[in-house]
Amino acid sequence: MSNNLWRRFISAFALSTVYLFTALALVPLGLVLWFTATQGLPAVTHLEFFINAQRPSGIPGGGVANAIAGTAVIVGIASLAAIPIGVLGGIYLAEYGVSRWANWVRLASDVLVGAPSIALGLFAYALVVVPLHHFSGISASVALAVLMLPVVIRTTEGAVGLIPNGLRESGLALGIPRWRVSLQLILPAAAPGVITGALLAVARAAGETAPVLFTAFGNQFLTLDPSHAMSTLPLVVFRDALTPYKDLQQEAWGAALLLVVMVLVINLGSRWVLRRQIRLAQQL
Amino acid sequence: MAAAVDSVRRPASIPRPPDRYRTFTAIVSWAAPASLILIIGVLFQQAWPAVTRFGAGFLLGTEWNPVTNTFGALPFIFGTVVTSAVAIAIALPIGIAVAVLLAEPGAQGVRGALGTGIELLAAIPSVVYGIWALYVLAPWTLLHIETPITDHLGSIPFLGGIPRQTSLFTASLVLAVMILPTLSAVSRDVIRAVPRGLRESTFALGATWWETTWKVVLPAARAGLFGASILALGRALAETVAVAMVIGNRPEIPHSVFSPGYTLAAVIANEFAEATGDVYQGALIEIGLVLILVTLTVNILALLLVHSARGRALV
Repeated sequence: MSNNLWRRFISAFALSTVYLFTALALVPLGLVLWFTATQGLPAVTHLEFFINAQRPSGIPGGGVANAIAGTAVIVGIASLAAIPIGVLGGIYLAEYGVSRWANWVRLASDVLVGAPSIALGLFAYALVVVPLHHFSGISASVALAVLMLPVVIRTTEGAVGLIPNGLRESGLALGIPRWRVSLQLILPAAAPGVITGALLAVARAAGETAPVLFTAFGNQFLTLDPSHAMSTLPLVVFRDALTPYKDLQQEAWGAALLLVVMVLVINLGSRWVLRRQIRLAQQL
Repeated sequence: MAAAVDSVRRPASIPRPPDRYRTFTAIVSWAAPASLILIIGVLFQQAWPAVTRFGAGFLLGTEWNPVTNTFGALPFIFGTVVTSAVAIAIALPIGIAVAVLLAEPGAQGVRGALGTGIELLAAIPSVVYGIWALYVLAPWTLLHIETPITDHLGSIPFLGGIPRQTSLFTASLVLAVMILPTLSAVSRDVIRAVPRGLRESTFALGATWWETTWKVVLPAARAGLFGASILALGRALAETVAVAMVIGNRPEIPHSVFSPGYTLAAVIANEFAEATGDVYQGALIEIGLVLILVTLTVNILALLLVHSARGRALV
């Protein structure tokens, strides 16, 4: 009997250790959020932070408008390329997913997700920056588009796969061609999932530093022209955080806070939409 | 899955009408493999002059001096391997614990909150981890981990020397945090794929929760858990910016994990934009080539293990 008691004690002890480790896993999340919020808030509570471009240390009134504009333009162009291609690719995997060809696409996407983002930067540098002879926003868009593509493909596949086969079969039974069933019946039904997947890819791309280091390069001035060097929010964090000047470090924390808020809103929002989508799909 | 419509077999005699939509989407979907091949091809082509110039000695050279055009990659390879290995060692027990809880049947509410938290951990940009590690984690680590260990255990190899804020160890800690989501999410899927009957019959024999988990479920998921660790290793090898901010950026092989070092990805991030001359740039691109070939190999190996653990063929 005492042997059994001992076994149950060991089990309870192990379970509490597992809980403890799990709590430990969430500690860094809390710390990162807390420090970004407390260190970044003093910077973002000034309106100048959003409307002025960066200024050298010691000159008050500096902001990150140049980086916000740069991030928007670069990620916008990358999305224009990656999202349509990724969605069509994902539809192919969901609709015709049992072929060997499709498995190669899946494997390549999964491998591409794990590719070092710095290598994507080198790739865009060789492909765009070297022929044009100068850094540009568009070269950063190329690197980020490659980064977004596999994410969009796999999330689209998942979202379209959730739609029950009955909807597809009823469309086909009415004599509607396969492509119209897919694009006008299935895709709209899966749209919330597809859109949140695309937004997750956008959030990931907007937070990347390594691929834009020597493609967008950074720019102190506000510009919307993607054929020239541009700044992005992660570049501001990376460069300013490593300077010895307090006011620039403050600016870096502020930019980090903007990134964290964007990521939190998109991720929590997408979880909410996806849960709703799964519930709706079960009712169909 | 939606592919069911397609899997209905037709007699060979009835010709199938050409499905142009299928062909079109199939071609578009090849953007993914095509970009992968293109990336490797472009990096090979760019690095080739450097590869022929330096030869195999590049990977074993210990000196990195742009002024004299002497380039050896060993310090970076050493730093990458050490930081990734230490990061895995720290993250593995925690990641598996999280995965065990996430895969546990029941406790929906707790699991949902925990899953959200882990997902957010994955979503935070690496540069944010970098600035946090630089200003918060590194000073704390120096005071509460590095100094006590060097004081008391300094005679053990790799644990001695003068501790620094920016060190291999600090970089490993950040990496451990950053690979935790990958490790726990993939491990959870692998543990869930263990047949339910196995777990239930062990319980039926009177085993406790811990005996079931430790002696039956985890051993059954062993290959997949190994795959999850390798996948996390791939993430750690590839991580750039957060590591570049806290590793100290010194191109030499240190004698202690508490000394500054350098990694393959970090040296490209820090030096490529300022690299003057074809030789210097070529050396950095060759480092990039080494990095991508290693991570791709590691990733493919991991995917093979994870997929076979879930009972699905990879290709």
